[in-house]
Amino acid sequence: MTYTFDFSFLAEYWPQLLKGLVQTAQLSLLSIIFGFLLGTLLAIGRTAQSKLLRRICAIYVEAIRNTPLLVQMFMIYFGLASVGFKLSAEFCAVLAIVINVSSYTCEIMRAGIESVRKGQREASDCLGLTWLQSLFLVVLPPATERVYPALVSQFILIMLATSLVSQISAEELTSTAARIDSMTFRSFEIYTVVALIYIGLAFVFRLGFWALSRLVFPRLRRLGTPL
Amino acid sequence: MSPIVKLNNVSKSFGSLHVLQGVSFDVAAGSVVAIIGRSGSGKSTALRCINGLEKINSGEITVCNHHLHHDVTRAQLRALHLDVGIVFQSYNLFPHLTVGQNIMLAPRWVRKQSKSEAHEHAAEVLRKVGLAEKFDAYPEQLSGGQQQRVAIARSLAMEPKLMLFDEVTSALDPELTGEVLKVMESLARDGMTMVLVTHEMAFAKGVADKIVFMHQGRVWEEGGGEMLSAPQTPELRQFVGNGL
Repeated sequence: MTYTFDFSFLAEYWPQLLKGLVQTAQLSLLSIIFGFLLGTLLAIGRTAQSKLLRRICAIYVEAIRNTPLLVQMFMIYFGLASVGFKLSAEFCAVLAIVINVSSYTCEIMRAGIESVRKGQREASDCLGLTWLQSLFLVVLPPATERVYPALVSQFILIMLATSLVSQISAEELTSTAARIDSMTFRSFEIYTVVALIYIGLAFVFRLGFWALSRLVFPRLRRLGTPL
Repeated sequence: MSPIVKLNNVSKSFGSLHVLQGVSFDVAAGSVVAIIGRSGSGKSTALRCINGLEKINSGEITVCNHHLHHDVTRAQLRALHLDVGIVFQSYNLFPHLTVGQNIMLAPRWVRKQSKSEAHEHAAEVLRKVGLAEKFDAYPEQLSGGQQQRVAIARSLAMEPKLMLFDEVTSALDPELTGEVLKVMESLARDGMTMVLVTHEMAFAKGVADKIVFMHQGRVWEEGGGEMLSAPQTPELRQFVGNGL
């Protein structure tokens, strides 16, 4: 078995890879931001007083968590197209990932919300804060801080899962790699390079999330202790 | 003087457990009332009912001209909370906020005070509880006694007409208990109307204008501090005998 590695294609194709990297980063960030917002809303719903609301959110979460992301993506892209909604592959990709990540984020945020003791809510009620004020000022900040590490893991997973959108011909890093591969037949080399790029991107994301945590959790910045 | 708090034949049950069975007593403005009794006698529940934290099943409670009955609305409760402060056994400070932020939160968001106004006021109530230098500390950096004094300051910042204290020293050692009781004593001297559930018999006797002894969900005996030295009922005699 003799195989000579040849990375010379990089000289010609690196601008395309760079573009793919940027597309992957954009796709990931959009999905993470909207996935987090939707997931948090769902978590609020799952911990609400209304039994009906709790049920609806639970059904949504279970339905999404128990089906593959790829199938969800196909349903949205090919399914919606066949009933007449012609949406871009990129839009469908983001939509599918947001729906997917929101269900996982919901469960993580629910754990955070449930970790906030009942007395906290009682204290804020007794100080005259409204339900909404209590939620945003007293419940969600410590809830988010406590589950932040789990959220970051989930977000990195989602960044990696964006590679699946190459299957609906959305433009990003993996689909770019596939295209270069079909032109150069240097599969091993190209996917090795792409894997390294994903590692680098994951590192940058982790660094970014770490910096964000110091920004939005002043207590953590000053004391460095878990809440 | 008309009472600021009036409980009239209040009953409350959790499922089949009848915690309050026709409780009546009142609290005169500017006075200190201590509710004592053994665990499970309903004293904490009675206090929580005054603040609407527990909904009552029957009877009526009047607190600072707010009327509470079994179907009180959220809006009514919110109006009530603007007049009544409460301090809990477990402090319930917000762990992600500094001492100053804990105190300023409600004045800023509920009373809509400006930042500088709230800041000034917070510093003032912190001074009152002897913790002026802890403004920027986080709750976890404080001792239990200090946290409880911050909780008192947080309540005071809303300028309540009535303060409720729910076993606020039960989680503290004797030294820390002393520093919290000192703050409460000075509040009483300033004329704050206070209702406290407590196991501190000496404090009840020394500071309270009226003592309410609860037993099996009823007001068993009530009177001034002298009641503890000369109990009328065997239950109070036994309770005081164990307590002192």
